[in-house]
Amino acid sequence: MGNEYYRIALVGNPNTGKSTLFNALTGLRQHTGNWAGKTVSLAQGSVDFKNKTFQLIDLPGTYSLFSNSKDEEVARNYIAFEKPDVTLVVLDATSLERNFNLALQVMEMTTNVIICINLIDIAEKQGIEIHEKRLMNLMGVPVLKISARNKLGFPMLLDTIDRIVNGDIKCQSFQLKYPEEIEKKILKIEQQIHEIIGDTVSARWVALRILDGDESLINEITKQFKLRGDY
Amino acid sequence: MSLEQLYTEAQKLSTKQIRDDIVQHLYETSYQLCQEGVSYKKAKKDTKTEKLDAIFTSPIFGFPIMIIMLGIVFYITIAGANVPSTLLADFFGWLEKYLTALFSFLHTPNWLYGMLVLGLYRGTTWVISVMLPPMAIFFPTFALLENYGYLPRVAFNMDRLFKKVGAHGKQSLTMAMGFGCNAAAVISTRIIESPRERMLAILTNNFVPCNGRWGTLIVFASLFMAAGFTGGIKSLVTTGVLVGIVLFGVIVTFFVSWVLSKTLLSGIPTHYTLELPPYRKPKIFDTVIRSSVTKSWSVLVRAVKVAAPAAVLTWVFANINIGDTSILQHAVQFLDPFGKLLGLDGYIMIAFILGLPANEIVLPILLMGYLSTGSLTEVDSMIDLKNIFIAHGWTWLTALNMMLFSLLHYPCGTTLVNIYKETKSKKWTFLAFIIPTVIAILIPFIIAQTVRFFGWM
Repeated sequence: MGNEYYRIALVGNPNTGKSTLFNALTGLRQHTGNWAGKTVSLAQGSVDFKNKTFQLIDLPGTYSLFSNSKDEEVARNYIAFEKPDVTLVVLDATSLERNFNLALQVMEMTTNVIICINLIDIAEKQGIEIHEKRLMNLMGVPVLKISARNKLGFPMLLDTIDRIVNGDIKCQSFQLKYPEEIEKKILKIEQQIHEIIGDTVSARWVALRILDGDESLINEITKQFKLRGDY
Repeated sequence: MSLEQLYTEAQKLSTKQIRDDIVQHLYETSYQLCQEGVSYKKAKKDTKTEKLDAIFTSPIFGFPIMIIMLGIVFYITIAGANVPSTLLADFFGWLEKYLTALFSFLHTPNWLYGMLVLGLYRGTTWVISVMLPPMAIFFPTFALLENYGYLPRVAFNMDRLFKKVGAHGKQSLTMAMGFGCNAAAVISTRIIESPRERMLAILTNNFVPCNGRWGTLIVFASLFMAAGFTGGIKSLVTTGVLVGIVLFGVIVTFFVSWVLSKTLLSGIPTHYTLELPPYRKPKIFDTVIRSSVTKSWSVLVRAVKVAAPAAVLTWVFANINIGDTSILQHAVQFLDPFGKLLGLDGYIMIAFILGLPANEIVLPILLMGYLSTGSLTEVDSMIDLKNIFIAHGWTWLTALNMMLFSLLHYPCGTTLVNIYKETKSKKWTFLAFIIPTVIAILIPFIIAQTVRFFGWM
């Protein structure tokens, strides 16, 4: 067919309708796939759009991407090391305050992010009004309102994915500014980290995780580098 | 420089505070994003939940309210269970006369009558009349609190304390589950993601008295601790003693968690998201029916299944002689010196050992042990019950240490099996057995020796 393949990862808190979106987009074109050197299997499915095939990967539902649990590590490792072309963060429109945490964490790790605010129909019923344009300006990435259950907002979503992978939209994902004390510490080690790991993973993010004492990430990076033979 | 070296180097920059700062900052930014990008057309309607949370999770009122709630649940259980317990005991006593008549009409041999009626029947009916009423009240009351949405608030309140000892705030939810059944609670620790904190929750769950130990605790609290009181006051004092015992169990939980997280299970607690659902009016009928019928029934069936064979076994041990004393007597005499050190006696030790399959049967076994030797053969009322204990040299010290031993000792067989299934490790299962056992021996020992040293007894 000669279609170009792009990998699109789906992350989100539990119960945000992430899997509903995944199923609605991919329909029956699903399979469970293992990925390099991992025992964890993830649901994958594909959807065709304008001569392209988007390969969707349904990552485990998590509240954060610190390495608190196996699920969080799986989601984190996929975004950090498998480098999907686009990461869709699925949020629950009725509890955005909690859900934004995850979006912010994803944006620390990767640039090409789309924020999908799901369950918009329910939010509207509850009188919650979401100003997606304002959020888009603040966060520097596309923010879309969808309703996966009612299949609302899908054309826009697919078009946005398409334009990101074409390079028509340049994401400038918002980076959290931490208190000065932490920022200074990040600056101290960021350069050295960059020298060791290069551009493969965001050095700023790794610096932050190191300061947080995330040993499992260091082990994972070392393992990934050995796997690729360039360490 | 390798990444590992850099990591070691960077840990000097890191402080314990940093994780909190990072998470707090994430939340603040999320909040700001919401402020800017989300507006509410109608006034935010759930102000009720916020107002209630301000009280229930307040730093000042949170803990007193929790303790009062616990007290209320216990009081309702104790006061409410009194009458039905007596009625059930009377009913079974009345039925026993007819059973006896039936057996003598059929000319059954004495040993069969003893085993079936004095062992099996008495043992199991004991379990039913002591346990069924409290369960049928405790479970629904607790379930109502749960459905109302109060339990997540308890977890929220306790979180700070758990964090201090290096454990996970959700442990308080698994502890709440432990009030019902430790075996079920061990399975419920799956809600804790981090393996380290989950292990802490598993190893300490036993310090919450499960339903099988309620009977024992309630009986001794009312017989010995609240002996000087009558009527409503008596129930109140019993409740007070029970709340005290439970709080002591919680303190031990914190202490053991703290020691473990400094030694075998060292690490920093992970943070987590706890959803505080809105308060809802519980569906009273559904809740009461489901929890009292299904839950109480299944616990009771389990209790009877274990109690029946144990009761028969105890009767057999008490009635088969080697030399001129029974097997039970041999064992009692062997364990008596050790029991005395803890302010207990050989019968109590035997009851706990034979009670390993289920805590429910400790008290029936103890009674059967005493009855098989004493002159009293009928237990018609609570007064008789107390006289049996006093005839065997019981004092308030014996009762207190018995309660503490019951609170602290090794988990029951079912719980141990579940711990093994969940951890897949003989080492941790063994620790789950040995840690409570050592504590259950040490604390009564210290109390008994102190009391004797100062001559308070």
